[in-house]
Amino acid sequence: MASLPAGTLYRGKVGMWSWVLHRITGVAIFFFLLVHVLDTALVRLSPEAYNAVINTYKTPLIGVAELGLVAAILYHALNGLRIIAIDFWRKGVKYQNVMFWIVVAIAFGIFAAFAPRHLMHVFG
Amino acid sequence: MSVVIEQPRSPRSRNQANLEKYGWMYMRLSGVLLVILIFGHLFVNLYLGEGIKAIDFAFVGGKWSDPFWQVWDLAMLWLAMIHGTNGMRTLVNDYTSNETLRKAMVWSLWGICAVLVTLGTLVVFTFDPCPAGALPELLPSFCPVA
Repeated sequence: MASLPAGTLYRGKVGMWSWVLHRITGVAIFFFLLVHVLDTALVRLSPEAYNAVINTYKTPLIGVAELGLVAAILYHALNGLRIIAIDFWRKGVKYQNVMFWIVVAIAFGIFAAFAPRHLMHVFG
Repeated sequence: MSVVIEQPRSPRSRNQANLEKYGWMYMRLSGVLLVILIFGHLFVNLYLGEGIKAIDFAFVGGKWSDPFWQVWDLAMLWLAMIHGTNGMRTLVNDYTSNETLRKAMVWSLWGICAVLVTLGTLVVFTFDPCPAGALPELLPSFCPVA
């Protein structure tokens, strides 16, 4: 049996997966942003047009999807700060791994505070 | 993009306009500002009060009658659109091998960015919270007809 390739500092580890997640969440947020600028622009058309479209944001399906959006934003924002710390802080590279888990913990914390309240608004 | 990678030990060259460096710096600078702007945006619009349930024309009209939120949203629009477009450009540069396709996609990205930033800016500045002839019950409470 062929032996596994020797481990690297990056491949298959936190460095790589945090980067993959950053890209995926970034693309998702980008496409939502395009839609969100367009739906908000409807206020210029008429109150009815804007309300009709924004009401779809209050439906159960989209309401739950918004949790995904918020989770993506939380991760992308906090991991972005981690990237800045890696780039500019002397000890950034040394602590990049633990900083990733701090990012995940804070993201989960904020998400836990937000999700029940948002679901109450959507389903309440 | 035909990137010429310099010899590792060659001295830092200054002969190219260092646009990529400014792009790199922009991502970090706008990133920090966007964390503040978007977290604030989400907190006020989705967490406080009735959250998503309260968002309608009157809600937006109420917010944009305050220059504070006009500037907030305008800054968010410009910073986020350019940050997002530049991020997508990075992905296109990484994953396209056909140069014509790459160029077309990057140009499209900046084209879409320009259109949406222009549209959004015009909307923020020309928005009328009390449009004539609209149903009074759909308008913010400060409108004369509401």
